[in-house]
Amino acid sequence: MRELIELARGVVALAQRRGADEAECVIQHGCEFSATVRLGEVEALKEAGGKGLGVRVFAGRKSASAFSSDLSEAALARTVDSALAMARASTDDATAGLPEEFAAAPNGAAGLGIYFPGTAAIAPEAGIALARECEAAALAADPRIQNSEGGSFEASESHSVLANSRGFAGGWSRSGCSLSAVPIAAQDGQMQRDYWYAVAHRREALEAPDAVGRIAAARAVRRLGARKPPTGQYPVIFEPQAARSILGHIAESVNGDMIYRQSSFLAGKIGQAIAHPSVTVVDDGRKPGGFASRPYDGEGVATRRTVVIEKGVLQSYLLNTYAARKLGLRSTGNASRGLAGAPGISSSNLYLEPGATPAAAIIQSVKQGLYVTELIGFGFNAVNGDYSRGAAGLWIENGEFAYPVEELTIAGNLSQMLLQISAIGSDLEFRGSVASPTLLFENLTIAGQ
Amino acid sequence: MTSEAQFFERQFGVTAADLARYLGAALERGGDYADLYFEYQTSSSLLLDESLVKSATQGISVGVGIRVLSGERTGYAYTDDLAPDKILHAARTAAHIASGPARTHIVGLRAAVLSRPNLYAVPVAPAELALEPKLELARRADAFARGFDRRIEQVRVGYADELKQVLIAASDGTLAGDTQPLARMNVFCLAREEKQSQKGQSGGGGRVPLAFFETELTPETLARRAAEEAIRQLTARPCPAGEMTVVLGPGWPGILLHEAVGHGLEADFIRKKTSAFTGRLGQRVASDHCTVVDDGTLPGRRGSINLDDEGAPSRHNVLIEKGILKSYLQDHLNSRLLGVSPTGNGRRESYAHMPMPRMTNTYMLAGEDAPEDILRGVQHGIYAVNFGGGQVDITSGKFVFSASESYLIEDGKITAPLRGATLIGNGPDVLTRVSRVGHDLQLDQGIGTCGKDGQSVPVGVGLPTIRLDGITVGGTG
Repeated sequence: MRELIELARGVVALAQRRGADEAECVIQHGCEFSATVRLGEVEALKEAGGKGLGVRVFAGRKSASAFSSDLSEAALARTVDSALAMARASTDDATAGLPEEFAAAPNGAAGLGIYFPGTAAIAPEAGIALARECEAAALAADPRIQNSEGGSFEASESHSVLANSRGFAGGWSRSGCSLSAVPIAAQDGQMQRDYWYAVAHRREALEAPDAVGRIAAARAVRRLGARKPPTGQYPVIFEPQAARSILGHIAESVNGDMIYRQSSFLAGKIGQAIAHPSVTVVDDGRKPGGFASRPYDGEGVATRRTVVIEKGVLQSYLLNTYAARKLGLRSTGNASRGLAGAPGISSSNLYLEPGATPAAAIIQSVKQGLYVTELIGFGFNAVNGDYSRGAAGLWIENGEFAYPVEELTIAGNLSQMLLQISAIGSDLEFRGSVASPTLLFENLTIAGQ
Repeated sequence: MTSEAQFFERQFGVTAADLARYLGAALERGGDYADLYFEYQTSSSLLLDESLVKSATQGISVGVGIRVLSGERTGYAYTDDLAPDKILHAARTAAHIASGPARTHIVGLRAAVLSRPNLYAVPVAPAELALEPKLELARRADAFARGFDRRIEQVRVGYADELKQVLIAASDGTLAGDTQPLARMNVFCLAREEKQSQKGQSGGGGRVPLAFFETELTPETLARRAAEEAIRQLTARPCPAGEMTVVLGPGWPGILLHEAVGHGLEADFIRKKTSAFTGRLGQRVASDHCTVVDDGTLPGRRGSINLDDEGAPSRHNVLIEKGILKSYLQDHLNSRLLGVSPTGNGRRESYAHMPMPRMTNTYMLAGEDAPEDILRGVQHGIYAVNFGGGQVDITSGKFVFSASESYLIEDGKITAPLRGATLIGNGPDVLTRVSRVGHDLQLDQGIGTCGKDGQSVPVGVGLPTIRLDGITVGGTG
């Protein structure tokens, strides 16, 4: 890590010597392992590592960036020069520039519980065994499961370094691993696929492979016999796995880039009631053990906890330095960063706070409606909130699951949908950086038959 | 010796003897087949937003992916360091998948000679040019869109290009190289009137020189299409919900084929019997009117490839002929396990990814009907002409795609524009409902990117005007 930080500092100094007024360098270094087992046999093993460096330079008010996977001295000089040449050909932008304030303790990710060295250095046989056990549990769970897309175990470690000409220099590491099974259930000529998975920062914290496999099997089997539901207006419950996507749409709609461009239906709505009073949404960049936790963001700004929606009222957008300046606000530490291009904005650990109602009680409360277990397609328009997506799930009659449904769409407008969230489950659980409990929407348009 | 082999030798000192040595290391623990995929990619991109350059970047990525096949098993490793010890280490890592005595020997590498002209002989690739001419194109689009209508409030122009040089060497003696340029430009417009906001987008490109944007598809054309869509959507009304007759316009609506049938015909899903199209070869999967092809050999198209990423020449493959399923999309591994010929569809995102069966340019052949007649015959339905993305569950066969521009058809006439809506259907069944096919086949403008298993590859689609008798449309009206 120390060597990478020194390399990044060196590149910043090189850029300044070659004519940059300000400069910033990012280095990403990582390794990955994956094992896939299908019907008990090893199907694929992958093991590799890579690295890359990106440099962003400012020439007066003009900026540009360049990146390279070749970190030789000659390649670095070429990379810096090409960034400078592009910057000089660019346009003045008075808003662009490095942040004014940086995170305090940027060396390492101590205290966040996100890095466990050696996570990706697993013996191939051990990874295969986990994948095999997971798939085997799915295959054994029900006689209607005779086929599978496989079971997988994946692990990775990544190291991220940032240095700039304002004296910031830091680095942090993250490890992660996951386990999944994708069984296929068949009956009466119909095939249905579903999956389940577990994620953790270290292997010891992963859920048991057989538990993951059994849930995957149950999810696939419950889809058998699916048909089209009726067309009409019905209450719709999103199970947590499907409700996550609603949080994703909220994140897109409060993204500062969308806000300053007036390209979101939530632009200018701070302080207004945009959701049901029971809705509180938080973005917490420092959540202990969070899958998106990190000590600072893609520009070196300290990450923090931001309440986005409190009791239905919009409290904050998610911002990087550029969007914050555009809006006359402070960065919320949500700058995202690849090797290429200017910093973007992304949510960190984003969740909707759980309610007090068990999910089972929410299901029981619905006389006739839809329980959504899967969404497909890209039918959300953040400009005006229009929402129309493909879905599959279970039909509810008198508070109970009656039969599985598929080949249907759900449509509404997110601005109205957020206001009609009438029940929130107590079942918040993080299986990734974005999480939601069960949500009930009072009335959405379902298109089926 | 291919020119790409010369390039990797000159730049990185990788000789023909080295290639054989690396393949030997990959097969030292056994295995049926090994291949090396060297890739050197330069790329650049630009974002003009609020008439300012918000992002300008360029870069280089280089690496080699090494694969060992042993029966149904794949061992894979890659490195972005082309030093011999690093490549040998990766080869031995990939070799872990195989065990037992070596079962194959390495055939002497022979450079493949392609018997047809280069599909994208671009003297100077856009990725080799400086920022200025690309910025000029973006400015033209920006200026045109802003001047188009006073209701256009936001304009964003994106431009991106890449140039890939690839070298493939395999234990069966394959030695092949390709140099693949790619460029694309997109215009996004936001229109506002009173409290209404709507967006419009248009993009295009291909494996083309930068002059393509001067002659074939100008920034002004893209800007006009994006601005028109945004303005038109301002008066759009909610789309109806339920099952109805839908007429798809020509070109990009061909995404229907990509989602509804294309993915389900990829041979990995067929071999594993996880696709709804498994075992359907020779059976009717579409109406008589439908002949669907996947064609990687169209000059300059975004989805075209001289060779696939395993060194096999791309082909014109007939997938469905007059409604009957004729062929699947194959790569090396799956064609071998299924005992059929490869179809030139083994593709991958980069050296860090394993190849798998993927589409190239997927389209339906033209029929005989006049598009006006097709519309005239619809009493009540929807005419959908532009789409956003789509997705498919290949096991259940259910697919969706989102209409960004569509209209109500009433008594055979196009009437009100409709707000965005999702269409959902069943892949093995939807093309049996095609009752009319127009004579107006068009290919898309060159914007498609297909995602599968986390890997993105450029693709194309095409469609004549078609009538679908009954598909579920998901609006709120």
